[in-house]
Amino acid sequence: MTDFAEPGALLGALLPEITLLLGTLILLLVGAWGGESSSPTRRSARFALGIVGVTAVAVVFAWLRGDGFTTDDRLTGDGFRWAIDLVLLLGTAGALAIFDTEQLRTRAYQAEIPVLMLLALSGMMIISASRDLMFTYIGLELMSIAVYVLAGANRSSARSAEASIKYFLLGAFASGFLLYGIALLYGAVGDTRLSALGAATPSAMYLVGVALLLVGFAFKVGAVPFHLWTPDVYDGAPSPITAFMAACVKASAFAMLLRVMAEGIGPAIVHWHPVVWWLAAITMVVGNVVALAQPNVKRMLAYSSIAHSGYLLVAVLAYSQEAAAAVVFYLLAYTLATIGAFAVLGIVSEGRETTVTIDDLSGLWHVRPGLAVALSVCLLAFFGFPIAGGAGFFAKWYVIQAALASHTPLTVLVVVLVLASVVSAGYYLTAISAMFNRPRPSQLPMPVQTPLLSGIVMVVAVVALLVLGVFPTPASRLAAAATLRAAPLATPVAGTMTVSAPTVAATEDAGSTP
Amino acid sequence: MLREYLPVLLLLGFAAVNAVVILGLGELVTRTHPTEIKQQPYESGMAPLGDARDRFSVKFYLVAMLFIVFDIETVFMIPWGVHYQQLSCAVPLVDGACPAGQLSFFGLGEMLVFALILLVGYIFVWKKGGLSWD
Amino acid sequence: MTPFYRFQFYLFALMAIGAALLFVTRRSPVSAALWLVNVMFALSGLYVMLDAPFVAAVQVLVYAGAIMVVFIFVVMLLNLGRPGQLPDLREVAPRLGAGVVGIAILANLLAVRRDALPTVALEPHADNVVTPVAELLFSDYLLAFELTSIVLLVAVVGAVVLAKRKAAP
Repeated sequence: MTDFAEPGALLGALLPEITLLLGTLILLLVGAWGGESSSPTRRSARFALGIVGVTAVAVVFAWLRGDGFTTDDRLTGDGFRWAIDLVLLLGTAGALAIFDTEQLRTRAYQAEIPVLMLLALSGMMIISASRDLMFTYIGLELMSIAVYVLAGANRSSARSAEASIKYFLLGAFASGFLLYGIALLYGAVGDTRLSALGAATPSAMYLVGVALLLVGFAFKVGAVPFHLWTPDVYDGAPSPITAFMAACVKASAFAMLLRVMAEGIGPAIVHWHPVVWWLAAITMVVGNVVALAQPNVKRMLAYSSIAHSGYLLVAVLAYSQEAAAAVVFYLLAYTLATIGAFAVLGIVSEGRETTVTIDDLSGLWHVRPGLAVALSVCLLAFFGFPIAGGAGFFAKWYVIQAALASHTPLTVLVVVLVLASVVSAGYYLTAISAMFNRPRPSQLPMPVQTPLLSGIVMVVAVVALLVLGVFPTPASRLAAAATLRAAPLATPVAGTMTVSAPTVAATEDAGSTP
Repeated sequence: MLREYLPVLLLLGFAAVNAVVILGLGELVTRTHPTEIKQQPYESGMAPLGDARDRFSVKFYLVAMLFIVFDIETVFMIPWGVHYQQLSCAVPLVDGACPAGQLSFFGLGEMLVFALILLVGYIFVWKKGGLSWD
Repeated sequence: MTPFYRFQFYLFALMAIGAALLFVTRRSPVSAALWLVNVMFALSGLYVMLDAPFVAAVQVLVYAGAIMVVFIFVVMLLNLGRPGQLPDLREVAPRLGAGVVGIAILANLLAVRRDALPTVALEPHADNVVTPVAELLFSDYLLAFELTSIVLLVAVVGAVVLAKRKAAP
């Protein structure tokens, strides 16, 4: 009991999370108490947007003040935490706005759905703050359980229910692996803190724990061969929820992966480096190649998100402060593009039960040029096209830079990344050319008028992507401040990402020759 | 240490022997004259209707789920109750009691937060009609 | 380690393994669930032997009690029909896959077996079996404890959202 955080310190370190949770609880009660409202669900979504805004202010405030550290080293207030939190808040706000539009059209959702989104968000924020595997795990469960329910949010749709149950079963399976790994790591070290894991000498039990942990993480980020749930769940879940999963759950999973790998299981890097190397390579190739064969846009985006997991794994492997910054910038660009793309798809899909196919996009430019341009920018951002693709280009550029500047340059992996990106042009450009070059078939219904909130989301996403594509410096500087740090700056920097070059040496070779 | 569990073992043994004896005795002393009526499952004297493998209403699931949630809440309260004296004392206990002037609200506070959050859940369920059958 | 202790260990361990094997090979979901109860009981016996009677009690209360009730309820909700009429979903490939995963985990555990374990941080309290759990839970892991209430809240809200029929307009 010598070093546990005082309740007051805990409150101070978790101020944004507590703000978020208090608002959420009030929202839940307000929703339950009813009150007259023509659409309680939309009122709840707008209230939730307000809570997200207030939380974002609290996050910025906490970042500026350097809050968030506890003396027992179980929570950290480093820039990485706050930057990831801001990306998560951005993604959630976008998903809530899309949800509002969707509800306007389908009236299929209950007023608790925004509450569950906020509760999932609070779990994600705990994950990004935690330097203790127990807290990480509880945060992960908080996020996952809420998202299982969210995937089944549309109770009149059998496909939504199917997505929910599939996600639940595979997610619970992955959580089992993760918990098993955590238990073995605790058994080997006698502590669940990342700092203690990072200071330990790996024993056989430690390595088995790391292996199980990696299986759990690979499930959560959707890396091949643990990706099989992704297309079905992304396709079956309601569009706003898919956007939420693709943007926020993915960002949070990568924040967890990066922090645990960088601060926790570093001593075993010789063992996991080749494994993750192959995981990244296979994920990029399989994700992009399979996406080529998908006529369904949501499934195509699901495979594209698998491919993006692969690109992000390359950054994680680079294992440096620059890589952490690259991941933050990448997640920001990816979140903007995802939210923008799903906002457009939400309007094009007309609330139909069947999801949009590429044929449904034909000639969109001729009827609704704004939507076509917005979707094109987002798809080009996924692709990483310069200028027109905006920040997507720099996201990939920073990842490549970090990978090449790593202790052991990941040259082969970078070549795979570039080739996989070239392959991805196949499906992104097909969708874009369908919108611009094909005539509008007469039997296709006219997309509805863009509702205000969705319009704002699209404009913000597209403008932010384009501006960051020309002037990436402000965001990249912000991302560079997003470093992993164990203690406040005033004290000597301890437990920072420290990897000695010799440890990593030769792992690249081990990776390329199995 | 394991000696304390001897009664548990005895009880287990008693239950097992009891079951064997009762079933065995029944098997030994009864004469069987099966008729169709006797072979029917007993349903409180009513004539059994339909198949026992009926689909249950999803309401049962909601009740079971709420039961689990509040059951787990109770599990957390047991260690808290046992440890409460130490938790509500700012310094380690002296002879099993807290020195004068060292009482703290730490123990009470942490359970209050826990219980209040669940209370919100309880009010929510109540207001949504989760506790009523129809 | 006394012979009696060893005897008890093998008793509970074999009980757990036997019941687990029966659990995965039953065709009827209800009898599978009841064998799972046996696994839980055997595990709680092992917890008692490890000087963790509180965990053992919770194991029986929560897993053998509450969780199993929900399992049985879900089986009834699904109403799968008579075991003989069910198509067996467990085909050769999934069985092989499960076998491979099982063997891999077994191999992992065998690799771990020879490891020197760190010295145990917690002394068993002879007078009070709950204290070791309570001490950690309410200090070091206080945040985990409070977050658990949020997780339970999510479970409540989720159950109501998914299972409660919409109120009549």
